[in-house]
Amino acid sequence: MTAVADDCPVAAAPRFGTRKAVLVVAALAAAGLAAVIAFALLSGEAGVATAFRARLVAPSFAHPFGTDALGRDMLARTLKGLALSFRVGLFAATASTIIALVLALVAASGPRWADAIVAYLVDMTMGLPHLVLLILISFAFGGGANAVIIAVGLTHWPRLTRILRAEILQLRGAEYVTVSRNFGKSPLYIARQHFAPHLVPQLLVGLVLMFPHAILHEAGLTFLGFGIEPTTPAIGVLLSESLRYLTAGKWWLGLFPGLALLMAVLAFDAIGNGLRTMTDPRGSQS
Amino acid sequence: MPVWFRFVAMRLFRLALLLIGVAVVAFALAKMSPVDPVTAYLGPNIAKVGPEQRALIAARWGLDQPVATQFLAWLSNLASGDFGWSATYNAPVVDVIGSRVAASAALMGLAWMFSGVIGFSLGVIAATFQGGWCDRVIRVYAYVLASTPTFWIAILLLMGFSVALGWTPVCCAAPIGLLPEEVTLIQRLHHLILPLVALSILGISQIALHTRAKMIDILESDFATYARAQGASRLDVALRHGARNAALPAITVLFASLGELFGGSILAEQVFSYPGLGSATIAAGVRGDVPLLLAIAMGTTLVVSLGNTIADSLYAVADPRIDIAAGAPLREIGP
Repeated sequence: MTAVADDCPVAAAPRFGTRKAVLVVAALAAAGLAAVIAFALLSGEAGVATAFRARLVAPSFAHPFGTDALGRDMLARTLKGLALSFRVGLFAATASTIIALVLALVAASGPRWADAIVAYLVDMTMGLPHLVLLILISFAFGGGANAVIIAVGLTHWPRLTRILRAEILQLRGAEYVTVSRNFGKSPLYIARQHFAPHLVPQLLVGLVLMFPHAILHEAGLTFLGFGIEPTTPAIGVLLSESLRYLTAGKWWLGLFPGLALLMAVLAFDAIGNGLRTMTDPRGSQS
Repeated sequence: MPVWFRFVAMRLFRLALLLIGVAVVAFALAKMSPVDPVTAYLGPNIAKVGPEQRALIAARWGLDQPVATQFLAWLSNLASGDFGWSATYNAPVVDVIGSRVAASAALMGLAWMFSGVIGFSLGVIAATFQGGWCDRVIRVYAYVLASTPTFWIAILLLMGFSVALGWTPVCCAAPIGLLPEEVTLIQRLHHLILPLVALSILGISQIALHTRAKMIDILESDFATYARAQGASRLDVALRHGARNAALPAITVLFASLGELFGGSILAEQVFSYPGLGSATIAAGVRGDVPLLLAIAMGTTLVVSLGNTIADSLYAVADPRIDIAAGAPLREIGP
């Protein structure tokens, strides 16, 4: 039903400079994200162990992001929270991409009624406010971390489904595909030689650009108190804890986790744009 | 029968079909939940209630009937305006929603308007002075804020204006301890400012980015060049030709963004403890208040889908190249 909501991504990236700049930024963003994951894997107990002598310490050299009410280092907690978000994001984006691919294939290659059903599913998913749908699904799965992951994974496919379906329809009608078919090439050959080179980049870019949505929704849901246990350092949990100390002027509890989340979202956006620039032949001349 | 009439009728038919689908899915999801409604209703009183009484409650609510019967009963109740009983607020769902809808409508309506007016103006300005510092500032602002989580913006605003500066209240929709009749309009507005700003920021940046892209297209088109050749300045062209043409797409995006607006208001209401529909949604979800959750889901679906339908129809009006009579299931329209 909505053709217009499609062009409201988390952020429509402006073109900051040239192709090279986009790629450099994307590479930097990827390196930053990798560093966060590496830290989370290697840090062990940091950010988990409590230290009651250093409660609610303002940011300093020892604790760049300060400490929370139990004396835990906020930098470590933030980075671990980000790593958790990435895991949720990876699962959710993969699940949604697979759903999108299957539905797009069904819609574009199946009979007309299959197309209508897919369109109906897309309309239905977009007809509910996304957050309400997420709350409903996480309630249906009984709350908890898994429920949040399932909810985020099951609801991010409509946009990509539309994009892929349009792409497949366009490919099927393309003249070189018709020519190839008339030359007696097998469907498998056409799928591999003509379809895959177009669809795989679209899929990859779609996957990466789904990350920011998934991460933001995961953080929002946990912030509202759904899902991930209060003991796990997730960004949403950290921010919802920060509300309790806000009036006491502990600004660092609220500032840094959110800032880190924003940086991560922008980083994924940059990587997505980098991938698009790399794979889109039309952009290669800029 | 005129074409547009058939178009609208078709749209409304699909809207009805969609609502039925959402009703089925929402009900199925609520039934799927391992949270037992009786347990959720009793809360801490569970220790005082024996199995017989539980069975009585279940029978009173019709929980012993087959799921299909329950669904049909719920649907017919919905149709007759009975949304059930909210255990969380211990009141009929209609009353809970009725008492909160005004607060939410004020918040979302104003945010919606501001997003449209400010976002559109910023987009037009950015496109007119494309490449200038003005454009750069607006672009970076919109790009960064479009990616920023609403609830974090809300937290930042709260830290800055309520805690550090003390200009705005920390919570709620009115001063604590006052009866609803005693609250003045000024006090209400004072409590509304921060949630409103938090909610508007996302919308503004989206509309601004969208309008800017549209305006640049328009300013590069032939008729804009022709107007320039006749001696009109870029600003003239932007205001006289561009803005008019870019307005409809912007309105379309506004109508299509109602779902996001409601999502944002849930988050903003949580931060500011603002007693609107959003906080009711959270309470219903956390405590397993199924009738309230389902009623909110259906209500918001109606509004959002209606918005989507309007957006779609406007899209057809804005771009006559779209054949509204064709009615293909999924049309490849969009920029």
